[in-house]
Amino acid sequence: MDWFYVKGILILSGINLLAVLGLSLLTGFTGLFSFGHAGFMAIGAYVTASMSIKFGLPFIPSLMIGAMGAALVSLFIGRWTLNLKGDYFCIATLGFGEAIRLILDNVQYFGGARGWPGIPLYTNLTNVLILNIIGVVILVNLIRSRHGRNMKAIREEELASQIIGINVFKYKMTSLAISAAYAGVAGGLLAHYTGFIQPKMFQLIKSTELTIIVIFGGLGSISGSIIGAIVLTSLPEILRAFAKWRLVIYGMAVIFIMITRPQGLMGGYEITYGNIKKLVSRIFSIFNTKKTLGGDKQ
Amino acid sequence: MNILEIKNVTKKFGGLTAVGNVDFNVEKDSIYGLIGPNGAGKTTIFNLITGIYQVTEGEILFEKQRITKLQPYQIADIGITRTFQNIRLFKKLSTYENILTACHYNSKYTILDAIIRNRKFKVGERKLHSQVNELLEIMGLADRKDVIAGNLPYGLQRRLEIARALALRPKLLLLDEPAAGMNPEETIKLMELIKENRDRFNLTVLVIEHHMDLIMGICDKIAVLNFGRKLAEGNAQEIQTNPVVIEAYLGEEEVTLA
Repeated sequence: MDWFYVKGILILSGINLLAVLGLSLLTGFTGLFSFGHAGFMAIGAYVTASMSIKFGLPFIPSLMIGAMGAALVSLFIGRWTLNLKGDYFCIATLGFGEAIRLILDNVQYFGGARGWPGIPLYTNLTNVLILNIIGVVILVNLIRSRHGRNMKAIREEELASQIIGINVFKYKMTSLAISAAYAGVAGGLLAHYTGFIQPKMFQLIKSTELTIIVIFGGLGSISGSIIGAIVLTSLPEILRAFAKWRLVIYGMAVIFIMITRPQGLMGGYEITYGNIKKLVSRIFSIFNTKKTLGGDKQ
Repeated sequence: MNILEIKNVTKKFGGLTAVGNVDFNVEKDSIYGLIGPNGAGKTTIFNLITGIYQVTEGEILFEKQRITKLQPYQIADIGITRTFQNIRLFKKLSTYENILTACHYNSKYTILDAIIRNRKFKVGERKLHSQVNELLEIMGLADRKDVIAGNLPYGLQRRLEIARALALRPKLLLLDEPAAGMNPEETIKLMELIKENRDRFNLTVLVIEHHMDLIMGICDKIAVLNFGRKLAEGNAQEIQTNPVVIEAYLGEEEVTLA
């Protein structure tokens, strides 16, 4: 394995991670399942690519505009669908994701179903890494504030949230818009990494993959989403030696985790300095009690 | 002065009249009791006041302002909050987080302030945390602050729900069967707690309860509902001796002895 290959996997993990971080806010912290996030990625990808090709804007501003585009569309969608309860919202997003793909299939301006080649390759490991760090910091800061807590409250008990004065609709919209913006940036990065985009890249299976990563990592855990994104993006590559069996193993790995840890890898816990210290002291205390028990026997 | 005025309120679900032409006034800083047999429409009245249901006819005034068209969160904003008959805590969050979440709007920083962690955010958060600690002390939950709410014993869950409601600094608190499932001793403790908090926070309390000791012990005024209609209204003495009320609860008095 040469560095170029590893770097490629890392960049793809990073791109997936950004989309997953956004979805984690929506699904893990606000409790709304979405199967249409590939649609927001597609909007981000196409808007960013057209900004940098047709309008000649630099990379970062194009990405920002792509993110805003995805967020704006999400606000429009959310306005109509967020009043729906649980499962119905999920189905609405599924329809939305497919609709975006089919629309792009038929817009000849962006190359239609044939795809859009010749996008400049701006994405590299450095800017993916920097954007990911910024993404994580923003998300952590948001969740550890009254706004993040309000979103968690909505996830836990919607009626009680309203009674304590939380504007549930507004917070769902905010959460959806932020998560769409993350997906938009991820889409923009993907476009400028592969140099070629095609509506087929943003099929339902992409949305499903993102949701699987969030659940695999553990709902309501940012560290879980990070681990999930890296593991599940690189797993098919690591398994390449098994040729046609790799996707079977991938599927089995996901099923295995879901059976043994239904709450996901991290299950709502975060890897923080404080939690690590607590864990270490707990392991030590078990170790010490064992020793004293041994001492009593003598 | 009346803080809450219920004026000829009617709520129909299809053909069923859950609450029919009820009206009563709640005086500021008083404790008002709402009693009646099961299905009398007590909880429906709470749902109407808190905006979960829309009234079919009539109006509800809070501090002389019409609140019948407001959303539940707007009603919370103007100072009315409640607890639920079947406890609705944020079950997977800790006791501390439950109260902290409810404190949210005592601090006004925006999402952007939170992301860049500026001074406004830090000052706001500090204020919220000190409020939570104060409430935990008052409600006697300080030693359980890190327990996940769903794992608390039943009585403490009820207490936490009241604490969470108080975190909003409400003017009017609606308690829906706060003593349900409590033994007499716990009920008396709860009674003391409600009275104490009424005085401490200048609250007005509207309470639904089946424990008559609690109702008769703390309420300044009581309304009796039956089949969605108001049967009687008055202080504890008047209600206890009212023949209509006795009839609703115990059935008709047999006039002739066979």
